Amino acid sequence: MDPRERNPGQEAVEAKGWLAANRWLILRRTSQLGLLLLFLLGPWFDIWIVKGNLASSLTLNTLPLTDPLLLLQELLAGQWPVSTAFIGAAIVLTFYFLVGGRVYCSWVCPVNLVTDSADWLRRRLGLRGGARFERATRYWMLGAVLMLALVTGTLAWEWINPVSMVFRGLIFGMGLAWFMVAAIFVFDLAVSRRGWCSHLCPAGAFYGLLGRGALLRVTADRREACDDCLDCFVVCPEQQVIRPALKGTGKGIGPVILSGECTNCGRCIDVCAQDVFHFTTRFNNHPPLVGHDEKSEVLP
Amino acid sequence: MNEASKKSADAARRKFLTDIVRTAGGVGLMALDVGLFARQSAALPATAIRPPGALPEDDFLGACIRCGLCVRDCPYDTLRLSKPGEPVPTGTPYFVAREVPCEMCEDIPCVAACPSGALDRKLEKIDDARMGLAVLIDQENCIAFQGLRCEVCFNVCPIRGKAITLEYEHNRRSGKHARFLPEVHSNACTGCGKCEEACILEEAAIKVLPVHLAKGELGHHYRLGWKEKQRAGGALVSPDQPHHYNLPKNLDCDLQGQGLLKKEGDKEVPYSSNPLDTLNRKGGL
Repeated sequence: MDPRERNPGQEAVEAKGWLAANRWLILRRTSQLGLLLLFLLGPWFDIWIVKGNLASSLTLNTLPLTDPLLLLQELLAGQWPVSTAFIGAAIVLTFYFLVGGRVYCSWVCPVNLVTDSADWLRRRLGLRGGARFERATRYWMLGAVLMLALVTGTLAWEWINPVSMVFRGLIFGMGLAWFMVAAIFVFDLAVSRRGWCSHLCPAGAFYGLLGRGALLRVTADRREACDDCLDCFVVCPEQQVIRPALKGTGKGIGPVILSGECTNCGRCIDVCAQDVFHFTTRFNNHPPLVGHDEKSEVLP
Repeated sequence: MNEASKKSADAARRKFLTDIVRTAGGVGLMALDVGLFARQSAALPATAIRPPGALPEDDFLGACIRCGLCVRDCPYDTLRLSKPGEPVPTGTPYFVAREVPCEMCEDIPCVAACPSGALDRKLEKIDDARMGLAVLIDQENCIAFQGLRCEVCFNVCPIRGKAITLEYEHNRRSGKHARFLPEVHSNACTGCGKCEEACILEEAAIKVLPVHLAKGELGHHYRLGWKEKQRAGGALVSPDQPHHYNLPKNLDCDLQGQGLLKKEGDKEVPYSSNPLDTLNRKGGL
């Protein structure tokens, strides 16, 4: 493997300095660990700012937040929650609809720490290949999870759901959930690159669908500066979303990454020595004018 | 369309279909496994008691989103969330009566905290909760049944005198003492588990069980004659007639405790007050 592929972002560190080349990564880890700490302040230090877990929580005894996917499963299972659950889910839906659904995956979900580490180690060890399956598998998984709730009348997925199990475990006691963490780590390390978060996880699929119209997006607005070093591609958990935006000039595709599958992790912004990527809104997507366009003809 | 592009279109269609079948097969197998596993492990151990107001277990498992807010708002740390690997569906709340029973808070904070409706807000009075039912399950070892004074379960019961009463009974072993036997009444017992926690035995003789395990149910076609009679205000099948025993003149018998009765108003007694007269009488009684 190309040494560059083992250590993407080296050029960015040299060009921008270590801090600027890891800015979004640091912010993201701060967000993930900070949220976890916020939930742990109660059980560890008896400071109750947030109660509950990501399934449903109550902040400062006023703000309810509820996982909309769980609420949907509960409704399919034929049960009816109380109004605070609907309010909580509406707040969560609105938030992720604005900032991008999969911000949940890269800025909140604790499993992301596990799979990011696995991917890092995979690069370091130069592991390649492994089992390949469609990224769309996750949408099938999402369908299966919803069908399970409908058919069994229980939240069957919750028996094995690693995402809720790990976060709940960290707050309420892990039990055997460490095995689940280890299994996902090994799966992503040795079986399939980004196998869990980018191929299988039904929560990721759900938030991906939710984020299709998200306001906050990453743009390759300086794509003409791209020197094809592939560093962004190597670090990206959803590589397929980069190409249309980065290489779409000739096809009249705008520089903004519009796919809901982009997790807004911002790692591409970090590792790019040419400063191609930035955060922006979806409305800043001005496709280049191609071919014989009237406007281009009248331009001086 | 020429031959080559037709072939490649065929290949593409073929790949598309195999990919779909492959994914659907894999995911379907996963779903089947998860469904079967969830179904199999839905059985709750008898010692795991759900919080007050919990829906029937089948509904509960469809409603509880496993957020732990009930656990957080339980002021006595009675409730806990099941960890992966425990025999209770993972992430759902329960308590073990022998370890920490429910203190039956009047404001029922666990129910108020529940966003999913798995703990039913229709439960307004904690006395109406039916978390389980206490059963004096081992009469062989309960020391009250040995004729010793204990009554601990009776005394710790929050609804003492209604949920658990003491029934006095003759002690046939000693012949001269009473036994003070605790008796649980399902119309008042909430299943809080205070009795089970307090039982002085090494292994509690009184235990809180899920109601469906603890209670029998009469066949729905059964009609208890005396209740029907009471409800109707009189006998429904044949007119009420006093039972006639084949007894000496002027005597009657009451089987409900009073025994042999002399008919009122009769001064003449068919037997002498001296027992020897009766014994020496010819022809027996």
